[in-house]
Amino acid sequence: MSTFQRNMDRLFVFYLPMAITVIFTLFPFYWTINTAFKPEGDIVKSPLEYVPSSFTLENFRVAWEGVGFSTYFQNSLLIAFCTVFFVLIFATLVGYALSRYRFKGKGAFMLLLLCTQFVPGAMLIIPLFLIFKSLGLISNPLSLIITYTTFQLPFNSILMNGFISNVPRELEEAAMVDGCNRLQVIFKVILPVLMPGIVATGVFTFIHVWNEFLFAFMLTNQEERFTLPIGLSYMMGEFNVNYGALAAGSVIALIPAILMFAYAQKHLVNGLGGAVKG
Amino acid sequence: MQSRLQAQEEAQIRVQEKKQGSTFQLEKWMPYLFISPAIVLIVGFLFYPLGNVFYYSLQNYDASQPYYNGFAGLDNFVRIFTEDPQFFASLGISLKWVVSQVSLQLVIGMGVALLLNQSFRFRAFIRAAAFTPWAISGVLTSVMWSLMYNEHIGVINDILKKLGIIDSNQAWLANLDTVFASVVIAELWRGIPFFAITLLAGLQSIPEELYEASKVDGASRWRIFFHITLPHLKNTIILTTLLRTVWEFNNIDLIFNLTGGGPAHETTTLTMYIAEQAIHSNNFGYGSALTVVSFGLLLVFAIAYLRISRFQKEEG
Repeated sequence: MSTFQRNMDRLFVFYLPMAITVIFTLFPFYWTINTAFKPEGDIVKSPLEYVPSSFTLENFRVAWEGVGFSTYFQNSLLIAFCTVFFVLIFATLVGYALSRYRFKGKGAFMLLLLCTQFVPGAMLIIPLFLIFKSLGLISNPLSLIITYTTFQLPFNSILMNGFISNVPRELEEAAMVDGCNRLQVIFKVILPVLMPGIVATGVFTFIHVWNEFLFAFMLTNQEERFTLPIGLSYMMGEFNVNYGALAAGSVIALIPAILMFAYAQKHLVNGLGGAVKG
Repeated sequence: MQSRLQAQEEAQIRVQEKKQGSTFQLEKWMPYLFISPAIVLIVGFLFYPLGNVFYYSLQNYDASQPYYNGFAGLDNFVRIFTEDPQFFASLGISLKWVVSQVSLQLVIGMGVALLLNQSFRFRAFIRAAAFTPWAISGVLTSVMWSLMYNEHIGVINDILKKLGIIDSNQAWLANLDTVFASVVIAELWRGIPFFAITLLAGLQSIPEELYEASKVDGASRWRIFFHITLPHLKNTIILTTLLRTVWEFNNIDLIFNLTGGGPAHETTTLTMYIAEQAIHSNNFGYGSALTVVSFGLLLVFAIAYLRISRFQKEEG
């Protein structure tokens, strides 16, 4: 192969597909951010401005104060953090039980966890709505925290089981000899060693909860209880959409998810990929 | 005196035994204590509602017509299969949706994984960038793409006009001919990274020596791909496509927000139809019956898929 042929080959099997991948992936982000910082007049102007000529924060002010994204943001944050908190505690306990004890019904319990992965959330919106209605928890953040914790728990427990199984038993035995009880062992010995795994699990749980739409839509009917996805959804469905504020609201919702993702993406290939590989 | 000492000693031993006994008991119950929160939640808020779906499917349960509520036997199911053309239409759209999503995501995701598995400058950064849509919600994806698809201010019309592909602005999401493909592309944007991530993990576990040996033999790029790479990824592919099929079948965020199932039910998948029954019509009985049917279809599909593809866990 001549140098020219090799270069052409490299162009068509590498540079061109790479450029298309990067542009296809990043352009929607660029366009949303671009729209969010444009004055309303420039958004509807023709021809479109690919590089904005003027810059404004007005859209963010409208979204944050006028539309109520400050409230949605707080609601989303509260629900996400509470869910992550409970998922981490319960999943660690389950993971510990599975990796350190032999007990009757362990096999059945594992099967139960696996089965949940095939129960689609979309199919439970009707009964969950009726259950939370009878508990008086519609439009109460508790209903979403409970639902999300339940749906995130099985997968994260299995993940945690894997992490804890990698921690040498000797560490705990030494602590037990020193007079620690089981719970102290878990919190003082296992947790610090597990930290990287816990952080990754927590971040992925956060992203899932932050993004969840259907349950939140079904279980919330008061505007002051909306999460970000619900707020965005309603705003999109309005007759006279304020595109600038909609884009600004999107950026507000994007930032935490992207930050979390950027922080934990190193673990993604091993974590998610490893989980799928089994 | 002596006997008193003896008695004291004996008592002490008994106390110790009792103590040991109780810690032993506690240890025995420990694992159950640890898994109890998970069991309570999973049974209470996952399996109990699941059971409810089956129960409601046998009821007339319409929140807007409560006077008809009561046991209905198999009426709902009879209605699904004999009187509801929308059910079959939605099932067809679900099929179209799942097949196009899973096959395109797999093929393109494989291409992206192969690209990202090579060594090049800024690899870590480009990998992270290429995976980012994975972390974006269906609602956000809908907002971002609806801005771009917009008939009046959309950038896609602008680009296609500049390239000379279209003459005038199109309403991509309102036009019967373009709506399905438009929604598919938006979902691909969010769905490809999942395959890219999982397949990249699979690619990284293929021993380098295998490639080196075949390069020495002078095998072509395609030969290497079909004889080494693909067989190694077989189990990953079977499992990811199955998971994705279930996921895309149930996926609703994007369609719900981008088109609401329209125009003219052109994008109403079965799951979208169920949500419509639950959210807009408040027909919980009929919605539950539809849910039971689609759950059954998924279950049959999953079992058949694993059988036919001869998935072997131990090999992976």
